[in-house]
Amino acid sequence: MTKTFWLILLILSANAQAASPAEALQGYTAQAKQENPAYKAPSASKGDVFFHATHQLGNGTSVSCATCHTANPRQPGKTRANKEILPMAPSANTQRFTDAAKTEKWFRRNCQDVLERTCTAQEKSDFIAYLLSVK
Amino acid sequence: MFTRKLLQAGLLFGAIFTTGYLLADDHEGGGSRSLAPVTQPKWQAECASCHMLYHPGLLPERSWRKLMGGLDKHFGENASLDKLTQQEILQFLVANSADHNGSRRSEKIASSIPAQATPLRITETAYFQHKHDEISASVWKRPKIGSQSNCIACHSGAEKGNFSEDYVRIPR
Ligand code: HEC
Ligand code: HEC
Ligand code: HEC
Repeated sequence: MTKTFWLILLILSANAQAASPAEALQGYTAQAKQENPAYKAPSASKGDVFFHATHQLGNGTSVSCATCHTANPRQPGKTRANKEILPMAPSANTQRFTDAAKTEKWFRRNCQDVLERTCTAQEKSDFIAYLLSVK
Repeated sequence: MFTRKLLQAGLLFGAIFTTGYLLADDHEGGGSRSLAPVTQPKWQAECASCHMLYHPGLLPERSWRKLMGGLDKHFGENASLDKLTQQEILQFLVANSADHNGSRRSEKIASSIPAQATPLRITETAYFQHKHDEISASVWKRPKIGSQSNCIACHSGAEKGNFSEDYVRIPR
């Protein structure tokens, strides 16, 4: 029990200092393995499906990650209030996934808005793997 | 790690300094027509990713309190923050709100709101409606504008609190 606690703490703190997309990916992958020992490696193709999948919300509207981030992650997106969002793919925007606290904050918000629940570490890891694969 | 600490200390100092400066400015320059430009690093970082930065002088204290108390359901979106950041931004908004910043423009906005009302939108206030009553519905929907809430599309100085007629330009 305490061992798991320290391990999680270690992963979280390693995560908190991630300064590159590769480190962010590593952090979430480690967390995903912790949550589910059967999880072997991040899958860019699963992340691709996750990014584009539309969800029907309680109020009847359909929404996906691509609604704001656009279907092509190398392109700039747009918020509901008409403000530009810089591209999500690190190959098009070097600032992406370089601040672990920021990344966690937006996963927390956007997963709640799109999926009406939090995302699993596995989904986060696949999501970043997909965005890293977009060249 | 150390540089991060230093940076945090710097940000904190900056926040305290700007707040102090603004409060001092209130006493000396009170009654000026336009909203004084304000800065606060957390506010600038957290409140301008989904839309333009709305000047605190555009809404009264009670509106900011209500808005900041419901960030997890902010106009249909989750804009939640950690408790510390939320408190820090709220304090800044309150200190520079329409009922505390002393400018004529803010006074007019505040007095256009009925005492029992707590609007969450600037665009709901009678002051805003009155100032824009000549703009037709089709103008607001132009792609470069989108909605009434997008002040900066027409007022290029909006984020600095500048709504002066000399800087208004309605995009085609
Ligand atoms: C309603 C619009 C909207 C939707 C829908 C949306 N996002 Fe976002 N997302 C944003 C905005 C705005 C930002 C912050 C702007 C920026 O970082 O440039 C952002 C940023 C992010 C970030 C931060 C990236 C970084 O730089 O660290 C992640 C991660 C993210 N979104 C994931 C998702 C996921 C996963 C989904 C789908 C489940 C999703 N988003 C759907 C608006 C949206
Ligand atoms: C996750 C995205 C998001 C973030 C972050 C966010 N907002 Fe908003 N905000 C919105 C949306 C969406 C609207 C509604 C815009 C519309 O109707 O066009 C809105 C509207 C507003 C309005 C009303 C504008 C009007 O119509 O008069 C105010 C004021 C406001 N936000 C303040 C804030 C403050 C202060 C913060 C920082 C604590 C913040 N917002 C952060 C998404 C966001
Ligand atoms: C479609 C363009 C447009 C948008 C968007 C817009 N305004 Fe205006 N605004 C105008 C015009 C035009 C005037 C009238 C200027 C004049 O008096 O000739 C005006 C006037 C004003 C004035 C009065 C200026 C004065 O000195 O009398 C204020 C204050 C103001 N706007 C605030 C806002 C705020 C706050 C927002 C966003 C919540 C906003 N506006 C959005 C076009 C716009």
